Amino acid sequence: MIRLASALAASASLLVNQPALAQDHSQHQGMSMPGMQMPTPPKPSAKKPVAKKPGVKKQLRRQGMPTPALKPSPQAPTKPDEAMEGMDHSSMPGMDMAPPASATQSSQSMPNMDMQDHSQHGATPQAAHAGMEMTGTALPAGDAPAPPPPSDHYADRLFPKAEMDRARAKSMREQGGRTVYQVMFNLAEYQARAGRDGYRWDGEAFVGGDINRFWLKSEGEGAFGDRLESAEVQALYSRAIGPYFDLQAGVRQDFGQGPNRTYATVGFEGLAPYLFEVEGALFLSNKGDLLGRLEGYYDQRITQRLVLQPRVELNLSAQDVPENRLGSGLTNAELGLRLRYEITRQFAPYIGVSYDAKTGRTADFARADGEDPTTTSFVAGVRLWF
Amino acid sequence: MDFTNLDRRGLLRGIGFAGGTAAFAAWMPAWAQPVSQGLAAPLPTVSGTDITLRIAHHTVVIDGRRSAAIGVNGTVPAPLIRLREGQMVRLNVINDLDKDSSIHWHGLLVPPQMDGVPGVSFPGIKPRSSYLYEFPIRQNGTYWYHSHSGFQEQLGHYGPIVIDPAGTDPVQFDREHVIVLSDHSPISPEAIFRRMKVDAGHFNYQRQTLAGLLAGRDQRLKDRLDWGAMRMDPTDISDTTGAAYTYLVNGHGPKDNWTALFSPGQRVRLRFVNASAMTTFNVRIPGLRFTIVQADGQNVMPVEIDEFQIGVAETYDAIVTPTEDKAFTLVGEAIDRSGMARATLAPRAGMTAPVPPLRPRPIATMKDMGMDMSGMQGMEGMDMSAGMGSTRGVDPTAEQNASGKLATGVAAAVASQTGMAGMDHSNMQGMPGDSGTKQGMDHSAMGHGAMAGDQSMTGMDMGSMNMRDFSKAPQVKRGPGVQTISPMPMDRTGDPGQGLEDVGHKVLVYKDLMALDRNPDVRAPSRSIDIHLTGNMERFMWSFDGEKMSDVHEPIPFIEGERVRVNLINDTMMGHPIHIHGHFFELVTGHGDHAPRKHTVIVQPGGKVTWDFTADAVGDWAFHCHLLYHMEAGMMRIVSVRPKGEAQ
Repeated sequence: MIRLASALAASASLLVNQPALAQDHSQHQGMSMPGMQMPTPPKPSAKKPVAKKPGVKKQLRRQGMPTPALKPSPQAPTKPDEAMEGMDHSSMPGMDMAPPASATQSSQSMPNMDMQDHSQHGATPQAAHAGMEMTGTALPAGDAPAPPPPSDHYADRLFPKAEMDRARAKSMREQGGRTVYQVMFNLAEYQARAGRDGYRWDGEAFVGGDINRFWLKSEGEGAFGDRLESAEVQALYSRAIGPYFDLQAGVRQDFGQGPNRTYATVGFEGLAPYLFEVEGALFLSNKGDLLGRLEGYYDQRITQRLVLQPRVELNLSAQDVPENRLGSGLTNAELGLRLRYEITRQFAPYIGVSYDAKTGRTADFARADGEDPTTTSFVAGVRLWF
Repeated sequence: MDFTNLDRRGLLRGIGFAGGTAAFAAWMPAWAQPVSQGLAAPLPTVSGTDITLRIAHHTVVIDGRRSAAIGVNGTVPAPLIRLREGQMVRLNVINDLDKDSSIHWHGLLVPPQMDGVPGVSFPGIKPRSSYLYEFPIRQNGTYWYHSHSGFQEQLGHYGPIVIDPAGTDPVQFDREHVIVLSDHSPISPEAIFRRMKVDAGHFNYQRQTLAGLLAGRDQRLKDRLDWGAMRMDPTDISDTTGAAYTYLVNGHGPKDNWTALFSPGQRVRLRFVNASAMTTFNVRIPGLRFTIVQADGQNVMPVEIDEFQIGVAETYDAIVTPTEDKAFTLVGEAIDRSGMARATLAPRAGMTAPVPPLRPRPIATMKDMGMDMSGMQGMEGMDMSAGMGSTRGVDPTAEQNASGKLATGVAAAVASQTGMAGMDHSNMQGMPGDSGTKQGMDHSAMGHGAMAGDQSMTGMDMGSMNMRDFSKAPQVKRGPGVQTISPMPMDRTGDPGQGLEDVGHKVLVYKDLMALDRNPDVRAPSRSIDIHLTGNMERFMWSFDGEKMSDVHEPIPFIEGERVRVNLINDTMMGHPIHIHGHFFELVTGHGDHAPRKHTVIVQPGGKVTWDFTADAVGDWAFHCHLLYHMEAGMMRIVSVRPKGEAQ
């Protein structure tokens, strides 16, 4: 059978491997290997190749030679460093190697050896205790196949299955399957500017697990004493698609001035290299208009609690939407710089400045309406989450 | 000395303490009272065969502040269970909570239905019900027990176990104290977990800032940009920090100053248990050396050290021999140096010793991301880059918890921003010539200037190195939960742990540990398996091989009696204390048949640990990271052991 064959092959490989390993060792300076001779390995019992190995080793010891790593089977482990592992950990301490020698050993003599392992050979005084014997954790691992996983739960033999099922389900749910939520307003502010002062918010909330989440996003602005200028709410399904990014899709509903459109939305949100928080989305309205948005901010910590947040929001349109006073191309750019103080991580008042510029044909619409296409605001607000 | 048996089983001895602290006494087991006389020396007879433990809500007072907790028999920590090897024990555990509970006997070899993991070993203990644990005691040493249900462990549901050997104890001592280190927060564990989930680095108030950059502290600009490009924070040493925690010794805060008594000249055995939810501690007693005699309840060849790192769920027994008639401060510094647990060893109650300042927090290096810097020729100095952040000083705005203000007198004056605080060159004379020493020496030398200019090397290869190359870990499931794969994970069992590379005295490393007795099973492993520790620090996702406990339920299979080598490869930038239930394993650290036997081992950031074990306990067993919130985030698996033939 296979086992018999591999056991026989193992004993054969013992003969083959022995000199090679000895050779390796002999390259170590300061190493004494007296009485080197090739032992005849005992013929291992076909039934228990593993259990037989200590016997082989004992035999070797009796013949007065240090036991180099025995290969349990001819199928050498595929990774070279694995093959060397037994040697790394074992052969050295017991081998009377002069401590300075180990320091000068280089990867030349043992190309696959992990350099780190050399440090241990440097004369830990206790190591001498292990003597010349090579056993226990010094031995290399074989390559026996892993057993198949059992199909039952052991505790079901000892407790009612229904009770165990309940406890298992709970344990699965708790250990990795918990639901979390967060409600955050990155912007919630008063805007002081020429003309009527205004307000602005940008918030989001989610609930769900690690991968699948339900999101609500909302942003908007207006002037005090006037109608809501613009506002929107998005309801999104979000799925983690990588370590840093979520893919999001859902609907957006606009409120405020002009016709209130409904959009289908697809977008992304995540953490870009250099720790920029970014998000982007495409919006297709029920009238067939396509809009887009890119948003990003960066939290520059000045101290542990004082944070400067530059923020950019760009809105785009694929076409003119005169009823919403949007021109094709970049419709507006909002640049903000906000300085917050984190009284706690969850509550941080801030002050800052926000500059909003309508651009291109959108600016033309604004001018035609008698509005200034640019607005500069000094802002004060609170960034908060719970 | 008025020794009084306070415990009906006669296991504990304590002393009533007068004055204002008397109020605390009722809430503390004898050994954990504000002043400890020490436990009785091993008793000739033990009568602890029937023990009742009652789990219930409880209020604790820590450094004068009340907060909610879960106690056992009305105390936090739970009572010490003192047993004798060879006895039977029946533990009737009553759950007075309004939710399920459990007790796991950490490190004890028990039948699978007695192991106390709901959903794995038994259904759990329902509210207002009880469970009778009954098993023989097959071992001796220092262990502990804790809830394995939800977040209860964080709330105080943990206590120590001491098992006296059946025969003579090879460890000689005149007096002993149990020292249970833990972390406690006024914030509910559910809230702590959620905040870390939704806000990466939520509790880290020692980040790098612009103020630090301008002040020339921490990393230089180029390194900051390199790390930023990788979306990694090198100051992310601990998830939950002193911003949330008060660190406790036997349930007492650093201001409470739990005190252990000794008589000068006595050999005092300190039985350390790290019962924290999330905190790795660096433990030292300035002015005294430790002789480590036991690790995870298993006797080891005595090794003399100045400091050791203790991962969550590990235990160490150390002998100290204070000869002077003076007090000593026991410092359990959180690994990120955001706070400390503090206690005092003193000849008489009421004495205190100077408290050293918290040392500068470490900064993660490329080595912590699994880069093998030692493989590069001429780069030897780079291994020590770990200390670089601190040699440049820590961010001036970094915050530590209230324990940082305890620093007094001379110790405080010595504190400086240079990162050399706590360095004591006089200690170096006595250092044995092992691997740890060399590093310590090199660092101290370099700390005095030789390092200038080398910093740029930490950024080397960062751009070109793929930190998420799944070909390096083919078994890892690719997904959002895997942020990085260590490109070149190294055996770091010779490293003293983050932030201890340059402390200037001898720090215990795993390679120093050698079993006192020959290992019971010295066969070669018949096979080896790799298990990757994976995670995403941004999303606070933690897993093995990229799969959370909630994703899969296929166990890791073993055949009864099989001896297997397990390689734990840390693909994350954070250390993980990995624990297997029902078994001990032998660390493969170059000690042959005298490998140290442990139940929990820290796998250093970006590093790997190899151990052999004999799957000799039939049943299903939990296998997990012992950082509570990592386990609750999914970093857990089931290990199954079945008789040969059954598992076909």
